[in-house]
Amino acid sequence: MTQQTLIIENGLAERHYWRDLWRYRELFLVLAWRDVSVRYKQTVIGLVWALIQPLLTMVVFTVIFGKIAKLPTEGVAPYALLVYAGLLPWQFFASSLSGASNSISGNANLIGKVYFPRLIVPTAAIVVSFVDFMISFVILIGLMLWYQFMPGWQILTLPLFVVMAFLASIGPGLWITSLNVKYRDFRYIIPFMVQFGLYVSPVGFSSGVVPEEWRLLYSLNPVVGVIDGFRWAILGGESRLYWPGFALSWALIVFFLWLGIKKFRQMEKSFADLI
Amino acid sequence: MSDIAISVENLSKSYLVGHNSAKAERYTALRDVIANNARNLARKTRDMFQGKAIVQGDEVEEFWALKDLSFDIKQGDRVGIIGRNGAGKSTLLKILSRITEPTSGRIKINGRVASLLEVGTGFHPELTGRENIFLNGAILGMSRNEIQRKFDEIVAFAEVERFLDTPVKRYSSGMYVRLAFAVAAHLESEILIVDEVLAVGDADFQKKCLGKMEGISKGGRTVILVSHNMSAVKNLSTSVILLKNGHVEGIGSPEEMANSYLRISRDATSEISLINLNKPHISKVGLYNSVQEEVLAANSNDEAFIFFRIKTYSEKRLVFGFTIYNSEDVGLFSGITSDATEFISDTCKEFTIKIPIDLLNPGQYRLEGALSSNGVTIEQNECYCTFDVHRAGQFDFKNGKAKGFFRLSNDWNFKK
Repeated sequence: MTQQTLIIENGLAERHYWRDLWRYRELFLVLAWRDVSVRYKQTVIGLVWALIQPLLTMVVFTVIFGKIAKLPTEGVAPYALLVYAGLLPWQFFASSLSGASNSISGNANLIGKVYFPRLIVPTAAIVVSFVDFMISFVILIGLMLWYQFMPGWQILTLPLFVVMAFLASIGPGLWITSLNVKYRDFRYIIPFMVQFGLYVSPVGFSSGVVPEEWRLLYSLNPVVGVIDGFRWAILGGESRLYWPGFALSWALIVFFLWLGIKKFRQMEKSFADLI
Repeated sequence: MSDIAISVENLSKSYLVGHNSAKAERYTALRDVIANNARNLARKTRDMFQGKAIVQGDEVEEFWALKDLSFDIKQGDRVGIIGRNGAGKSTLLKILSRITEPTSGRIKINGRVASLLEVGTGFHPELTGRENIFLNGAILGMSRNEIQRKFDEIVAFAEVERFLDTPVKRYSSGMYVRLAFAVAAHLESEILIVDEVLAVGDADFQKKCLGKMEGISKGGRTVILVSHNMSAVKNLSTSVILLKNGHVEGIGSPEEMANSYLRISRDATSEISLINLNKPHISKVGLYNSVQEEVLAANSNDEAFIFFRIKTYSEKRLVFGFTIYNSEDVGLFSGITSDATEFISDTCKEFTIKIPIDLLNPGQYRLEGALSSNGVTIEQNECYCTFDVHRAGQFDFKNGKAKGFFRLSNDWNFKK
């Protein structure tokens, strides 16, 4: 075993932080695996929960926005499919945000007793949401079969948008996580934000219904870009991308990612004192 | 490669603590509550915008948990860290294991550190023993290969073969602890930091853990151990660091430091009495022999009394109770004045009680006590005094220790 020297000082940036993070990659997997395997223990229908929630939300939204409010779909795509293509990334984003923000206090015993790069904890929580996200994909395939909807070549770009959704969740997730450790107010703000965001983001309707002059402003919500991307990939030619907004979303995602990691790393050393 | 494993220079750590100044008031008016809350809200909002942490209470004070600590630990040493509650032991361990960062100062560590601040950190009750071994191992920084390689050894050490696929929530607490310690003990690290974990498990398992830790350190690894249990520290460490109020009070051999520890505890008495000058308090406690002289040690075939001097003032209904502990922190005798007289009278200045010293094994003892007035504790001390008991004609069991807490020696009767 190679002898390594470690220096501990106040405010000293960890020189080996990213190497440490790599060394602890197995912990990352183990934590994610623990949360996934515990998630549905002692439930009757288990994994089906990951299916029921998005399915019912989709039905309600289709009825309210499609049938009652009679909002237009994109091209000829069935409204249910439009809703579901938006719901998928939104649910992932929302559950990542609440999962990550509670992850530090949920693992308080670990944080207070063992050293490891704290970045692992919220990221592992996001991976758990990602597993649910993959499961709900099954419904999408079911819906496509039901409506006999054939996606275009664009569906091949979907992994790219999945990565985008992932990055869009990590940035704000980390930022809110570190804030939540210090100011528990965020425990009450996050559920509200998630509920609010469901209606502010184009989940139940197409972002095409937003008037053209407001479109860029609307894209300040990075989830808009992610949802538009998903619709474009899934509904194929039926959906058109609004490029300025999409670029803005990317810029915001990168900014939040930078901000989230920076804030998190500033705070993580004091986590043990704060929880 | 230097032979210093850990070098600590001027290490300090401060915390902000909040107080409620209003608590002392007898009546709380709604007006005051509103005013206080408004002030609190204003301060918290200001703190938040300055990026500071929120501190509860309306007076904030800086508290130094550690102040200017410097020491070196050599490779292969077994170092015990002792000190009273609040002396900074746990804070020091947390900084050494990188859980929290120091406010100032510098630590240089050569080698990989494994710290065991709690048994079974991260164990998940719903997962099986097998799963938890991998989980706990990963948390402690072991790789999957490393765990797999040692899996059988860990299971054998913990003696849980039959229950590997049972969720640990169904384990007995003994099994749980054994499994947890087993994982940690098989960690390959140059430095092992252990906090109070030996206080768990049955005697056999404790012995096994001690053996394992001794083996670890014989293999050239450094062990740092924090404990309240003086006998564990004495058994395990080659040197001891004594902390007091956040600074190093002394570094030396285990026996020497254990004695200083008891002395510190005794010194704390005088400090407490000074604070309570205007209230009734115990101003002196000591061991007296049969001719009313104060002694520090007594022979088991002498007579011995504990002497108390009390300042009563005008307070009524005073009761004093005490317990005598041996060096392993086992309470042996208790006494309370209400057994003899309902309350200590106003005019009383001194009282004594005879102790059955012939029952005591040779060793060091300490006296803990509390004084109450009208049923409310007004003074309490972990260590009013310490005394030694000697015994002529040793016949000790091996290791210099007798087996029982007491010794029967006076009423033998041999028949022809």
